[in-house]
Amino acid sequence: MSGHASTYQPKTGFERWLDKRLPLPRMMYDQFVGFPVPRNLNYFWTFGGILTLCLGAQILTGIVLAMHYTPHVDLAFNSVEHIMRDVNYGWMIRYLHTNGASMFFIAVYIHIFRGLYYGSYKEPREVLWILGVIIFLLMMATAFMGYVLPWGQMSFWGATVITNLFSALPLVGESIVTWLWGGFAVDNPTLNRFFSLHFLLPFMIAGVVALHLWALHVTGQNNPTGVEVKQNSDVVPFTPYATVKDGFAMVVFLILFFWFVFFNPNYLGHPDNYIPANPLVTPAHIVPEWYFLPFYAILRAIPDKLGGVLAMFGSIAVLFLLPWLDTSKVRSARYRPLYRQFFWIFAVVCVILGYLGSKPPEGLYVVAGRICTVYYFMHFFVILPLLGFVEKTKPLPMSITESVLGAGGMGGSGTPAGATAMPERKG
Amino acid sequence: MTNLMTRTSPLLAAFLGLSLGMSIHAAIAQDGHGHEQELPPVQKWSFSGPFGTFDRAQLQRGFQIYKEVCSACHGLDLLSYRNLTQTGGPQFPEAQAKAIAAEFKVADKDDKGEPVMRPAELKDRFANPFPNKKLAEDTYGKVPPDLSVMAKARTSPRGFPLFVFDAVTGRNIETGPDYLYGLLVGYADAPAGSEPPQGSYFNKYFPGNNIAMPNMLAADGQVTYQDGTPATIENYARDVTAFLMWAAEPKLEERKRIGFQAIIFLVIFAGLLYFTKKKVWSDLPH
Repeated sequence: MSGHASTYQPKTGFERWLDKRLPLPRMMYDQFVGFPVPRNLNYFWTFGGILTLCLGAQILTGIVLAMHYTPHVDLAFNSVEHIMRDVNYGWMIRYLHTNGASMFFIAVYIHIFRGLYYGSYKEPREVLWILGVIIFLLMMATAFMGYVLPWGQMSFWGATVITNLFSALPLVGESIVTWLWGGFAVDNPTLNRFFSLHFLLPFMIAGVVALHLWALHVTGQNNPTGVEVKQNSDVVPFTPYATVKDGFAMVVFLILFFWFVFFNPNYLGHPDNYIPANPLVTPAHIVPEWYFLPFYAILRAIPDKLGGVLAMFGSIAVLFLLPWLDTSKVRSARYRPLYRQFFWIFAVVCVILGYLGSKPPEGLYVVAGRICTVYYFMHFFVILPLLGFVEKTKPLPMSITESVLGAGGMGGSGTPAGATAMPERKG
Repeated sequence: MTNLMTRTSPLLAAFLGLSLGMSIHAAIAQDGHGHEQELPPVQKWSFSGPFGTFDRAQLQRGFQIYKEVCSACHGLDLLSYRNLTQTGGPQFPEAQAKAIAAEFKVADKDDKGEPVMRPAELKDRFANPFPNKKLAEDTYGKVPPDLSVMAKARTSPRGFPLFVFDAVTGRNIETGPDYLYGLLVGYADAPAGSEPPQGSYFNKYFPGNNIAMPNMLAADGQVTYQDGTPATIENYARDVTAFLMWAAEPKLEERKRIGFQAIIFLVIFAGLLYFTKKKVWSDLPH
């Protein structure tokens, strides 16, 4: 499942036998050993591996948690505390899982913004990008339902607010909400189905990740120059070059992750979720987890409920259109002086939206929220389409090799032994 | 990364300045908006920081306050008497914990299946002051909340930019205890014009100031400490808060100990990987 020619050489008799029947070793080899990787990737390109690690860790810790958790409105809260107190190392597994969700989103946001900066969504990687947006959506659904499971106050009221959004849809809204709840309020059936779906969705994510990787291996990776791979000297084999670099980045990321797990485990959560859910008492401020805050701010920026819901979903849906909204022929912001500035403004607007999402919807917060929401959509629907026409881009290097070695290094003289030793491939 | 950051343009700088100004303006607006809610004073806790641990003697005193004062109304449903002997907690000797448990009666069934009350044992959960919530509500007007995770379920707002620093220092875990301590010592005479309604009491740090719980730590000497610690309201409040922090986070010490080992391991591993990576890439300009 790759666009580059296979370099796998079966060595033993068994490998040759298996290669003719189920070339699984060949596939793995081509994925993780022979895959040609642009030599100029920076550390922002290690987040794909880090995200795989996050997904794996969440599934592992999640399976163990599910062995001890009870999805029932009367028992859920205490069963989580049972995990924290009585299950061997249960506190560690739970804190790994809750903080792991936050780490997953930190990594995915860096991954997405890396794609935005270097134009990784552009032709021929549109499908790769769209699959990524689908993974992002699935992640959001999974995280939302996971947050409901401890059945604390924020679990309950978060579930109530978010599921109620669907009631804004004309005609079918109320029926959809009843269907989602499995009743006429957020209650035991809701908790049960959320648990079931929270268990299912990560495996769907894993499936889409496989497609995402497949698409990646057909087009090959983008790189900081945004110039396509043209020759052997542009690339290095995945192993050892990317393996060791990704491994190093993963361990550094784990240090951050473990800092939160072991020394600051409740920082990214909300204290109200240590209060058992009570349908009769509404918390003073209902706020979602931090990673949803920008979208929550967009939701509340629109005075109309249906409008707010559409804007919130639209803010993610617009990512599906991004490959066609950006009209520039140049991928990397490195060679797009104007886009680079607008990229950073956009990033800052997203952070401000996140801050505003955590604040009560009143006074200047609302005004700022509206300005930022308008800007968010303007970035995609006005700035990006226009920039392609008005921006004067910088000259692109002839190739990745030239960008690394300079024009003098061209012609293969500076080509490293590791790269020349690689057989012919189309990259 | 460096070449992204260093070339900040005038356009971007202007925008950053504008947005910063906007957020400061917003912060002031919020202060002006909210009713004047005094924030509880920041306390020093033995369990703060990456190496902080509980003070056994303080936890034992705190348990004494809970037992003699709080437990009249508040349960600790998630705790068992055996927890009192566990490492990382008050670490009462087993015999003493058994004696403590035996002071309480718990519902059970005898050999014939008849309901009986028997003295509690180490395996039992803490006895709740009320057999059911209905009775608690009828007695006090509302159910006194369970205190098992109370220290993690409350906070005192840190605001921007303190909450950002808390990500690094880990201090946010202490905002719950700060609030509990503040609440316990925060009873005062209501300012003229804002007398609390019947059945509630003025408290400086309680949101809205009118709390249904009366001042239970009202006088120095109310509880007699065995270990010579001055019997002051402040010590009572501090000790019982530390005890409640342990009740909410009984694995805190184990967590920090394992975390320290894990992070040391990762730092060394990362160092080794870094040099391996350097070696692997050394023949390749990139």
